[in-house]
Amino acid sequence: MEEVKEQTGHMPRIGEPAPAFEAVTTHGKLKLEDFKGSWLILFSHPADFTPVCTTEFIAFTEIYPELQKRGVELLGLSVDSVSSHIAWVRNVEEKTKVKIPFPIIADLNKEVSLAYGMIHPGQSKTETVRCVFIIDPNQIIRTILYYPLTTGRNMDEILRIVDALQTTDKNAVATPANWRPGDMVVVPPPNTQEMAEERLKQGYECTDWYLCKKKL
Amino acid sequence: MACISPDGKPTESGSKMLRALQAGLKSPEEISSEAGLPLFRVRSGLRELTEAGLAKQRDDRYELSEKGAELIK
Repeated sequence: MEEVKEQTGHMPRIGEPAPAFEAVTTHGKLKLEDFKGSWLILFSHPADFTPVCTTEFIAFTEIYPELQKRGVELLGLSVDSVSSHIAWVRNVEEKTKVKIPFPIIADLNKEVSLAYGMIHPGQSKTETVRCVFIIDPNQIIRTILYYPLTTGRNMDEILRIVDALQTTDKNAVATPANWRPGDMVVVPPPNTQEMAEERLKQGYECTDWYLCKKKL
Repeated sequence: MACISPDGKPTESGSKMLRALQAGLKSPEEISSEAGLPLFRVRSGLRELTEAGLAKQRDDRYELSEKGAELIK
């Protein structure tokens, strides 16, 4: 059990403060607290100069302007060196004309990887799997996604989650399955019988007292 | 170092931040807006500039040190 913990580190949970770190990146030494006040997507990839990761970095760069409109910063991570990251970023730009605009952590000593549970020994004992941590402006973990080494991430889903979290925070609502911005949102379930009866008179679109939707 | 090159000279982003400080005390948010740099870069850059003696922190704001002012003359 101890051996497993040594290999995997801490497994963070949604709703917990994001583990603090200070790390060497392609944009200099950064601390988690440098991102305070912004949303942050911290994501790991298995290794530089690998095909799936390259497609993902191009895809993250493509959605970066949309993320910035939503006040979201991106921060990549792998256990490669900063020299490797720089060489890879330059190679991607040379071969694809895509310039990676966000920093990448060089987590050679695996301090950040272990603090965020990014190493899954069943997949690889040395590389990080494809993790996504969506961290809010108060530095609380709001979403965790894990993808296997062989599956590239879905950027539409990452943007959709950011939109859903920000809509939830702004309006105190929840979002139903497959929700997209502009769709109806779910009104939080009532806590008392009186509230259940009242909500049926409030003009919501209700399937029943526990499932009511409204337009924003 | 993102703001200071190995030869001790400020990088392009370091120079932008130092120039933003020329007008006096500024918050990281004001520097970010004036220098056109993301706030996280400004916060980490200010740590570097302060450690290198090019900027000084006063409460939550920053100003150029004499050495910093001399460097961007």
